[in-house]
Amino acid sequence: MLPLTEKSGAYTVDFIVALAQIKPKLGCLAENCTLVESAIERAVADRADLVVFPELALTGYFLKDLVPDVALRLDAPEIARIRELSRHVAIVVGFVEVSDDYRFFNSAIYVDGGEIRHIHRKVYLPTYGLFDEQRYLARGERFRAFDTRFGRMGMLICEDMWHLSAPYILAMDGATTLVCLSSSPGRGISEDESLGSTAAWQKLTSTTAMFLNSRVFYCNRVGYEDGVNFWGGSEVIAPSGSVVSRARLFDEDLLVTRVDGGELRRERIFSPMMRDESLSITMKELRRIEKGRDC
Amino acid sequence: MGDVNVKLLRRILVGFIREEVTKVGIRKAVLGLSGGIDSALVAYLAAEALGPENVHACIMPYRTSNPESEAHARLAAEHLGIHCQVIEITPMIDAYFSRFPDADSMRRGNKMARERMTILYDHSAALPALVLGTSNKTELLLGYGTLYGDMASALNPIGDIYKTQVWQLSEEMGVPRDIIEKQPSADLWAGQTDEQELGFTYREVDKLLYSMVDQRMSREELVKNGFAPDFIATVSARIQNSHFKRRLPIIAKVSNRTIDRDFRYSRDWGK
Repeated sequence: MLPLTEKSGAYTVDFIVALAQIKPKLGCLAENCTLVESAIERAVADRADLVVFPELALTGYFLKDLVPDVALRLDAPEIARIRELSRHVAIVVGFVEVSDDYRFFNSAIYVDGGEIRHIHRKVYLPTYGLFDEQRYLARGERFRAFDTRFGRMGMLICEDMWHLSAPYILAMDGATTLVCLSSSPGRGISEDESLGSTAAWQKLTSTTAMFLNSRVFYCNRVGYEDGVNFWGGSEVIAPSGSVVSRARLFDEDLLVTRVDGGELRRERIFSPMMRDESLSITMKELRRIEKGRDC
Repeated sequence: MGDVNVKLLRRILVGFIREEVTKVGIRKAVLGLSGGIDSALVAYLAAEALGPENVHACIMPYRTSNPESEAHARLAAEHLGIHCQVIEITPMIDAYFSRFPDADSMRRGNKMARERMTILYDHSAALPALVLGTSNKTELLLGYGTLYGDMASALNPIGDIYKTQVWQLSEEMGVPRDIIEKQPSADLWAGQTDEQELGFTYREVDKLLYSMVDQRMSREELVKNGFAPDFIATVSARIQNSHFKRRLPIIAKVSNRTIDRDFRYSRDWGK
């Protein structure tokens, strides 16, 4: 095992990521924990160093009034079990988190070596069309990158990724790997080869990776909830924006991919946009815009 | 509205039936086969999803039904190898209307649709099987169906696709040509056709509905795109006036948690 955090030199380390494209059962914590645990076992058997699960993997997506019933504190036994399992493999998993003041968050944790290393609470809660998250959930307030033994990472939960500023902030905070947990409903059928939602996401993951010279691990779920399908298609995107691997559409899958550590280094030499990105100009202009909006 | 990717559509709808039926702990589905394209398509999707041995079709003619309808229903069932039985509804319908001999054709048609519904739900309990709905998006939007009759079901695989897309998907699934090519009809009386009764063709109205509902074009945009103002007005009124058919009954609110208003759960709760 590599040391848990290694800032320098970690970028060139190769590692194996497994994207667990599962089909959670709506509101069934115990069964979903079993599902997650068996995917972790398979990932370990496949020698994965990191296993990523979709958004709300422990609960299912269209929870509505079930939110308080399936919410977990960070000291819940279910989370303790995931911490235990993280002695064998680093784990990223989505669930409903309840805080001490009874706010409920759509959260993701990065767990490794028996400890929660980072927690991200979904900031952008979609509340339009078929989405109604803000009715049931509280909004996260930060995007922070964090160190892992695979380099610095940032987590995004589904809609977060559609806000350009979110992956941008994480990349400016030093993240070179963006992990996106998703429960994306399939919709927008046409004459095209893919669903509208599939095509849009594939464009987004690839473009985000390319703009920010960062890897993207996108883990989506599958299955149906009340007639809504989740289309899967989880993917590993190289820092160049090219697709390294892609999971099956609509079916459960465990996408195990060797990540070439050197690719990030080479891409950052080849197109040093992040090196040249000016935080001071961005900040100056954003402050000006913010000031203008106040009047 | 262009052509639809029928292979992708097929995959999603077949997956829908398979998952939504089996996740409630049931293996079978039951549906009414009218001889028309909508129910035939649903039978083809269900046979692919669950296996023909798990699909039960009821053909439920009334004495005035066109004999060709039953023949087409049998053709589809035999082609698929699904279970099929004919249950005449004439005795039940005639027994009831002997008390109301002056009832008009709308009352009679509604009663027939609801009689068929009770038969399907009885089979749902007997088999056990989930009742598959066969109303497409066009007729659901236009309210061209009987509330608690043919609109009643446990699952509807085709409720989000327009009639035009039903035709396209039926070609892909191999529904017999005779069924695809015949004039759509509710078959309540001899010579009745949907398009005659509605006053426009499915192809025309599907284009309008797609622009209006899916693309959310404003009235001005619709007119600019060549839809006649009268046609827009007629169709808009139909959608609005039939909206009650697409909703659960409304409940008088007195408590803090009223079903479906502030007591909200997905139907797949725990599934």
